Amino acid sequence: MICLENVSKTFTLHNQGSAVIEVIRDVSFDVAPGECVALTGSSGAGKSTLMRMIYGNYLTQSGAIRIGGVDLVQAEPRDVISLRRDTLGYVSQFLRVVPRVPTLEVVAEPLRALGVPAEAAQEKARNLLTQLNIPERLWSLSPTTFSGGEQQRVNIARGFAYDYPAMLLDEPTASLDATNREVVLSLIEEAKARGAAIIGIFHDEAARARVCDREIDVSRFTPGLSSSSEAVGQNKESAA
Amino acid sequence: MADYNFAYLDEQTKRMIRRAILKGLAIPGYQVPFASREMPMPYGWGTGGVQVSAAVLCPDDIFKVIDQGADDTTNAVSIRAFFERTAGVETTTATAEASVIQTRHRIPEEPLSEDQILVYQVPIPEPLRFLEPRESETRKMHSLEEYGLMHVKLYEDIARHGHIATSYAYPVKVEGRYVMDPSPIPKFDNPKLGDMAAIQLFGAGREQRIYALPPYTQVVSLDFEDHPFEASKADQICGLCGASDSYLDEVIIDDAGGRLFCCSDTDYCTGRRAAGHQGPAFPGSEVAA
Amino acid sequence: MTPLLSVQGVTKRYGTHIGCADVSFDLYPGEVMGIVGESGSGKSTLLNCMAGHLPPDAGQVVFDTRSEGPKDTLAMSEPERRMLGRTDWAFVHQHARDGLRMGVSAGGNVGERLMAVGARHYGDIREQATDWLERVEIDAARVDDRPTTFSGGMQQRLQIARNLVTGPRLVFMDEPTGGLDVSVQARLLDLLRGLVRDMGLSAIIVTHDLAVVRLLADRLMVMKSGHVVEAGLTDQVLDDPQHAYSQLLVSSVLQV
Repeated sequence: MICLENVSKTFTLHNQGSAVIEVIRDVSFDVAPGECVALTGSSGAGKSTLMRMIYGNYLTQSGAIRIGGVDLVQAEPRDVISLRRDTLGYVSQFLRVVPRVPTLEVVAEPLRALGVPAEAAQEKARNLLTQLNIPERLWSLSPTTFSGGEQQRVNIARGFAYDYPAMLLDEPTASLDATNREVVLSLIEEAKARGAAIIGIFHDEAARARVCDREIDVSRFTPGLSSSSEAVGQNKESAA
Repeated sequence: MADYNFAYLDEQTKRMIRRAILKGLAIPGYQVPFASREMPMPYGWGTGGVQVSAAVLCPDDIFKVIDQGADDTTNAVSIRAFFERTAGVETTTATAEASVIQTRHRIPEEPLSEDQILVYQVPIPEPLRFLEPRESETRKMHSLEEYGLMHVKLYEDIARHGHIATSYAYPVKVEGRYVMDPSPIPKFDNPKLGDMAAIQLFGAGREQRIYALPPYTQVVSLDFEDHPFEASKADQICGLCGASDSYLDEVIIDDAGGRLFCCSDTDYCTGRRAAGHQGPAFPGSEVAA
Repeated sequence: MTPLLSVQGVTKRYGTHIGCADVSFDLYPGEVMGIVGESGSGKSTLLNCMAGHLPPDAGQVVFDTRSEGPKDTLAMSEPERRMLGRTDWAFVHQHARDGLRMGVSAGGNVGERLMAVGARHYGDIREQATDWLERVEIDAARVDDRPTTFSGGMQQRLQIARNLVTGPRLVFMDEPTGGLDVSVQARLLDLLRGLVRDMGLSAIIVTHDLAVVRLLADRLMVMKSGHVVEAGLTDQVLDDPQHAYSQLLVSSVLQV
């Protein structure tokens, strides 16, 4: 379902003496439907960078990233957009929404974008929010004012609103309590069971062991893992 | 008045104006620019109408001037005198006798015939002007037939007053093409514009525009399906001649606020009274006195 | 799939100065494209060339018309192009004053485009105008008020209603949130996003506000000195800018 072939990535910092930093070199792997693969490696190894490349958020210099027949590296923006709408889900660590849009609509939005009628989409959103223990009184408020854990759960609900055939999960269980962690893990297991191909980053080792079928150590593909590339990675994350 | 050319204007100027008139007649409702001359009267006193009249008058014409329907107000008297002296034409107050009638803001009640010319004095020839101040834009709108704005004006009327409150200078569409300002005639007169036997010429001196309606032209007053055009007048009859079909002026006749409604067309009223018609103002006789 | 708008080699010079140079791109139905760049980068020139407000010196702006399919709008007759401007195209100005008739009521402003395409039933026009005021969150009771009595945000929403009432397929927006308070901006952005999704609109938005394009635009073009220096998916250009100027632009944004 997800297929990476000889994928490489460099950052060129034009405004910092045109420094060229190679962060990923020659990654190749496949993820089959129903399989969950964990990206591992020390902080700064490029896990998030690789995941963002697979989402099309970062530009890939060479190689191919094929998801459901589309090569993200070559694809036109509109192909990437439709891929993200129909095929590829992404739960990031950060919730980015239009201010003042109610939580229920934020969660229902991926379904609305697919043309699901408002009522059906909101029904699904209500179920997920209930499952993730977001109190009903918060549903009509914008999540921008929520606590970190609440925002994370809203983000997860949004990511799981539609049954994407392929999913990317960036630290889905971070900052969650035991109960909610359990809910998220079972959501992941359900997704696997229906045949979703999943790539995840989990610092939570127990969670990783429970849902992941195999691990890929990204630091193996990080040329000259050093302080400079680490600095770049952090810089990028904070800007995003 | 041997010092002046016939009808005041020199022959070259009259030719220029006649060319504009012919062009106007060829494109009914289209505003033809012309090189308006300084006239020995202020703008707003009918300089456009006077130039058009001067251009069409012949020595054997009989000339009539009406001002808001009346033959005897300052403007009418002055312009009549002007052409008596500069053209030496015969003048009249009788509508049926006149061959050229210059008018300010009225159409005579009596139907006109094919051998007559009606000349209107026009202050602002551009019907779109109030909503679109740019001349370059209004010209483009005319040439491309973009007349939605005209209905915006009527829409505003209904929104504000509950009905189309525009009661004079009511916009019309000519032969399904040009939207035209009929000069500030009451909308009561609008139905007379269309299918008229006489030639109608419109002159705007300050704005330097001439436009025209040839005989028997289709003229439609703009309106909405659910707010159709209505020609309205005061719901009274003439106090002097008793006419119920003519446009009425409301005249305050004493310090106590007494009012009299009477025909705005003085010739029409006089004619009816001469034929023996009498209005309700007479039996009391004090009112009429 | 046929692009809704196909821009090819659009160039505009002001004497020796370049307004925009050789800009080409395709916009597909339902796509929202942002154009960013500093003042003087040529983004407004480009927008005005595309919308038919400025004649470009070279290039084509091909629009997929309803009746005749793809057609170069620059080669169209003026009546045809202006008709397009009243029906399938809409233009939202930065300053609502430029896009509204300030002496005409809110209802008349919204109704004008309807009347321009032949609506002649007062009741229907008013009903549609009222409906649109509500869609842009303006109290229907204000249908007869003039825009001069509206706040800046309301004026901008009224301008949007006036533009969208004829159900256009392509909307050009020039700094639609410029000059508005931040809270008012958020409301407008939310509104625009909803309208774009529900009406399936395509839009081209010129702005210097990167937060606006991140929330509204699917795609982004970065312009500098009249040239397009980078184009791509909005989040990709903002998060992983490739060109020196884009990197500078992104890194210059103040973080809140």
